[in-house]
Amino acid sequence: MRETTPREDLIRGIWKENPVLVQLLGLCPALAVTNTVPNAIAMGLATFFVLTGSSLLVSLLKNWIPSEVRISAYILIIATFVTIADLVLAAVVPLIHKELGAFIALIVVNCMILGRQEAFASKRPVGRALLDAVGTGTGFMIAMLMMGTFREVLGSGSIMGYSLFGEHFEPWIVMILPPGGFLTLGFILLAFGWWKERHSEAIRVRQWPHGVASGEEVA
Amino acid sequence: MGDLFWILLSAMLVNNFTLHLFLGLCPFMGVSAKVETALRMGLANIFVLVMTSVCVWLLNTYILVYAPYLRLISFIVVIASFVQITEMAIKKFSPTLFRQLGIFLPLITTNCAILGFAIFNTNRGYGFLEGLFFAIGAGLGLTLALVLMASIRETSETASVPAMARNMGLVLIIAGSLSLAFMGFAGLFTS
Repeated sequence: MRETTPREDLIRGIWKENPVLVQLLGLCPALAVTNTVPNAIAMGLATFFVLTGSSLLVSLLKNWIPSEVRISAYILIIATFVTIADLVLAAVVPLIHKELGAFIALIVVNCMILGRQEAFASKRPVGRALLDAVGTGTGFMIAMLMMGTFREVLGSGSIMGYSLFGEHFEPWIVMILPPGGFLTLGFILLAFGWWKERHSEAIRVRQWPHGVASGEEVA
Repeated sequence: MGDLFWILLSAMLVNNFTLHLFLGLCPFMGVSAKVETALRMGLANIFVLVMTSVCVWLLNTYILVYAPYLRLISFIVVIASFVQITEMAIKKFSPTLFRQLGIFLPLITTNCAILGFAIFNTNRGYGFLEGLFFAIGAGLGLTLALVLMASIRETSETASVPAMARNMGLVLIIAGSLSLAFMGFAGLFTS
């Protein structure tokens, strides 16, 4: 495997390997609690905190964790941070905590977090693990914000609770209901697919301006 | 008895774990390409859910009353070790079934449906029987969603799909439509 630079470790998770939009990890919270922007932000911050904290601890302890029980050890570490986040949110923003409900506790089984521990933090020095966690966490936040904005603007005609379109706007209720989550992410992925298709088409045209002959002539 | 039946029906259709609460999405996206594997995954999930409901009831009744802050950690430890034990038992007693289940069994540990079930069960204060029916309903709901999705995907495999929809985008749109359809079941409870 090619050695990565610190900058790559940080940038990678934000866009090119975005956990939600590209790798489709951690879909559960991304679909369930993005019906308003404040919920999306709270969930994004909590996940960011848990990811960074556990990456730091896993990376520090990597030489002491026997490989046979490593998954259980990671889950225990993650669960500890989730408990902290749960209690802090309950104390600071009780209303949002109530709305997020069980989904805060469910950060424990967010495969994105466990995936970063297994694939990265357990093999790298502390600094790199932190950079990677910050990058992936930011990528997750960006995805949450995109989904949250899209759904709140269409579904309630407001953003952060401020009305956008005046009173004649008929909100698309479906966007803040569960199907809206699936549809929003589906549309975002379709848009990405369309863009990628155009992009690769453009490259092909530049490389072979006269078209490509089929069969053996190419070889 | 009527209440138990409604708990089962509500968990299965109205508050379907996958399509309404977004729990257990990983297997929903990952192993829904074939009807047969989807069905098997669903059955494995029902089994683990039922056993979890028993474990959670024991934990809640006898241990967690003394230390409520340990709830999350003890749930995840119990689920993980329980899945591990099931895996070893199946491997010992029925190697064929073990091979058929393959990677699905350990993956159930990190399936948010199981932990989500444990937490909902506690939050709603269900007793032993109620929890059991809730588990069966939730499991049947998961299986139903998985099998429906798999049969749609098997059919769309042979359809000509635009290039931009050949990734998961199409699957998510299908899931959205299924979820929309399942919202119709909410009408069961108003009458």
